[in-house]
Amino acid sequence: MSDILAVFRRELSGYFATPIAYVFLIIFVMLSGLFTFYVGNLYERGIADLQPFFIYVPWLFLVLVPAIAMRLWSEERRTGTIELLLTLPSATWAAVGGKWLAGLVFVAVALACTVPLWITVNYLGEPDNGVIAVSYLGALALAGVYLAIGGCMSALTSNQVIAFVLGVAACFIFVTAGTPIVLDGLREIAPEPVVEAMAALSAITHYDGLQRGLIDLPAVVWTLSMTAFWLFATGVTVELKKGA
Amino acid sequence: MAALLELKGLVKRFQSFTAVNGISLSVPAGEVLGFLGPNGAGKSTTMKMATGFLEPDEGSAFICGIDVHTDPREARRQLGYLPEGAPAYGEMPVHSFLKFCAAMRGLSGSEGRAAIDKAVGRTELGGVLEQPIETMSKGFKRRVGLAQAILHEPPVLILDEPTDGLDPNQKHQVRELISDMAKGRAIVISTHILEEVDAVCTRAVIIDRGRIVADGTADQLRKLAPGKAKSLDEAFRAVTAGEAAGNAQEAANV
Repeated sequence: MSDILAVFRRELSGYFATPIAYVFLIIFVMLSGLFTFYVGNLYERGIADLQPFFIYVPWLFLVLVPAIAMRLWSEERRTGTIELLLTLPSATWAAVGGKWLAGLVFVAVALACTVPLWITVNYLGEPDNGVIAVSYLGALALAGVYLAIGGCMSALTSNQVIAFVLGVAACFIFVTAGTPIVLDGLREIAPEPVVEAMAALSAITHYDGLQRGLIDLPAVVWTLSMTAFWLFATGVTVELKKGA
Repeated sequence: MAALLELKGLVKRFQSFTAVNGISLSVPAGEVLGFLGPNGAGKSTTMKMATGFLEPDEGSAFICGIDVHTDPREARRQLGYLPEGAPAYGEMPVHSFLKFCAAMRGLSGSEGRAAIDKAVGRTELGGVLEQPIETMSKGFKRRVGLAQAILHEPPVLILDEPTDGLDPNQKHQVRELISDMAKGRAIVISTHILEEVDAVCTRAVIIDRGRIVADGTADQLRKLAPGKAKSLDEAFRAVTAGEAAGNAQEAANV
């Protein structure tokens, strides 16, 4: 347990040791504001809620979370520190978990920076704060899944740019899998169970419920199993690729 | 006396290329073993298998009698390792880096502080503790790597090219450190600097194309030299084929 914590601390302070963290936070907050007020028309809608913000979160995260995840393992491989890390008396999964947790806390900090939006809608009207709280939780859970996927892609290569592109592509598949375009197209060529399975794997399907303040079992199972699967895949990838 | 480090028939293949081809070694306490060989002979690959970083295709490695592959965590507790090129997290200041390594080894609080202080004293890093590692010179980086390896006073030390790229003063300092640490420990250092053998090693092994071709004290190795001048250089050249000869032979085999 102390090794997970050590990796977590090192990784989190690593974000803030370079300007990356601040650049990321500023861009995230700016984009959140832009989407909420201009694209999402928060004022014009005349409804005091944060739907205009949360509806764009999966797409904002699609680009920003792989950017957080890309360095997790590829940096270790590029600089050779992976050899140091994996010969310390600690299990690989502790490093996998510690790194993922550091990314998650970083995203949580980014989300916390959008709290002024929450305050704004409370000033403007009487939103359902329970729904907003669940939406934040859903956004964080989604980031956790993206981070696990992005981390796995980062373990595949020692090049951060490639890790980023792979991360975006892989996350994109899981986001769009549930959209009507993909599902309708799939319905033409595949039987209904396949279409349903595809929809069940999609981030959007589960995220939609959370956005409306609904924590249902499938969403919880999806989040936990996707995160666990991709973290496991990361561990396997790290072990397989470490000698290369 | 039981060997602290024992390698039994290690083999490692990369696709069709056999990097390490049946290396067995045993290093008892008090011995500083020089691991010599031309570039690409399999030194680093052997060390990576000894530390458990790479899985051997055949054979096994034991640290203090613990199998590196069946109980890696326990084996690594007994091991200090300086990987090739002394990799470290560049953005971290020296002190934070050592604190991280100590925490990963379960050394925290006053115990961790004492271990760090001792390692810092031995490697003379006291003046640069708050400096980010990436801003430091090669010699300092190497010392940070060494400090990390000796932090927990391990009975087995594996150091991959500990003096590579250091100036003569720094080399001297690192060799003194290794000699100081030798008592009661098994130390393996890889190098292609032959003078290192006389300077610190009690025994040397020369490997070539994945096999051990010579094993003995510096004086015993000198006797392998063909000419009148019994130098380590001559002996080294006599027992290792060298890259050109190796390639020629490979070509002939094809």
